[in-house]
Amino acid sequence: MDAKTGLFYVFAALMLFAAFKVITARNPVHAALFLVLAFFQAAAIWILLKAEFLAIALVLVYVGAVMVLFLFVVMMLDINIDSMRQGFWKHFPLAGTVGAIIALEMSYVLMGGFREPPKAASLSNAAAGQIGAQVSNTKELGKVLYSDYIYPLEIAAVILLVAIIAAIALTLRERKDSKSQNPSEQVRVKRADRVTLVKMNPVMPESLAPVAVEKKA
Amino acid sequence: MTLTLGHYLSLGAMLFALSVIGIFLNRKNLIILLMAIELMLLAVNMNFVAFSYYLNDMAGQIFVFFILTVAAAESAIGLAILVLLFRNKSSINVDELNTLKG
Repeated sequence: MDAKTGLFYVFAALMLFAAFKVITARNPVHAALFLVLAFFQAAAIWILLKAEFLAIALVLVYVGAVMVLFLFVVMMLDINIDSMRQGFWKHFPLAGTVGAIIALEMSYVLMGGFREPPKAASLSNAAAGQIGAQVSNTKELGKVLYSDYIYPLEIAAVILLVAIIAAIALTLRERKDSKSQNPSEQVRVKRADRVTLVKMNPVMPESLAPVAVEKKA
Repeated sequence: MTLTLGHYLSLGAMLFALSVIGIFLNRKNLIILLMAIELMLLAVNMNFVAFSYYLNDMAGQIFVFFILTVAAAESAIGLAILVLLFRNKSSINVDELNTLKG
């Protein structure tokens, strides 16, 4: 058993522990933090698998962005934890059975069927010939991503744009008590909108009116 | 005993099973449900990376890249919907989401 195997088992055990705590944690904040731990262990395992770029992207994107978003939302919502926990263990027999069946069956099949060692030491077929040469995982990924998968990459960018707009549009709300100006309407205003000239007959005050004097006389 | 592809795939399967259990257990808390979905995606990504390494093919890592993108978009929109839901119903209990039921 070499060091890599030992490290794999350590990371795997920590990751499964963290995943278990995520689904059973009493406080959602603790669940989010354990999910961060699980992502870190996954990144470590991916480094063992020589996928450095994806491991670092996982830490940056998930731990740095998505989990912070989760924590913000968890702390923003005022959730009654005790009512959430009612009936928590009611579904456990069914859940445990289904989970154990999935894990045992898959492990049985997978451990029986995939026992071969890796085909070659390095990742890309082109670099497989030069043994001992340093192959950059990021460079290989970038070469494939920006040539063969350029259209899916564009679509992924559009999906992210849609997500930005959707998230903002969903949560944006207009406050009822806020006052705002509309510059476009202010610039476009015409004289007729502001001033109305009313044509009317001149009326003199009663004391000075010659009509009144005439009436007295 | 050296590591084989089966080790990594079994780890992914166990992680997936744990998150399925989490979905069964946390029937009332929508936030933990979203976290369990993230864990499921992580398990799938683990399989892809392991296949990419053992079958010596970059396409697996490309796929993980796209899954990460879509998962980030999914969680952003999901959390936005969650906030909106809490604002309107002041509860995130899944059992109370029956307004569309006739």
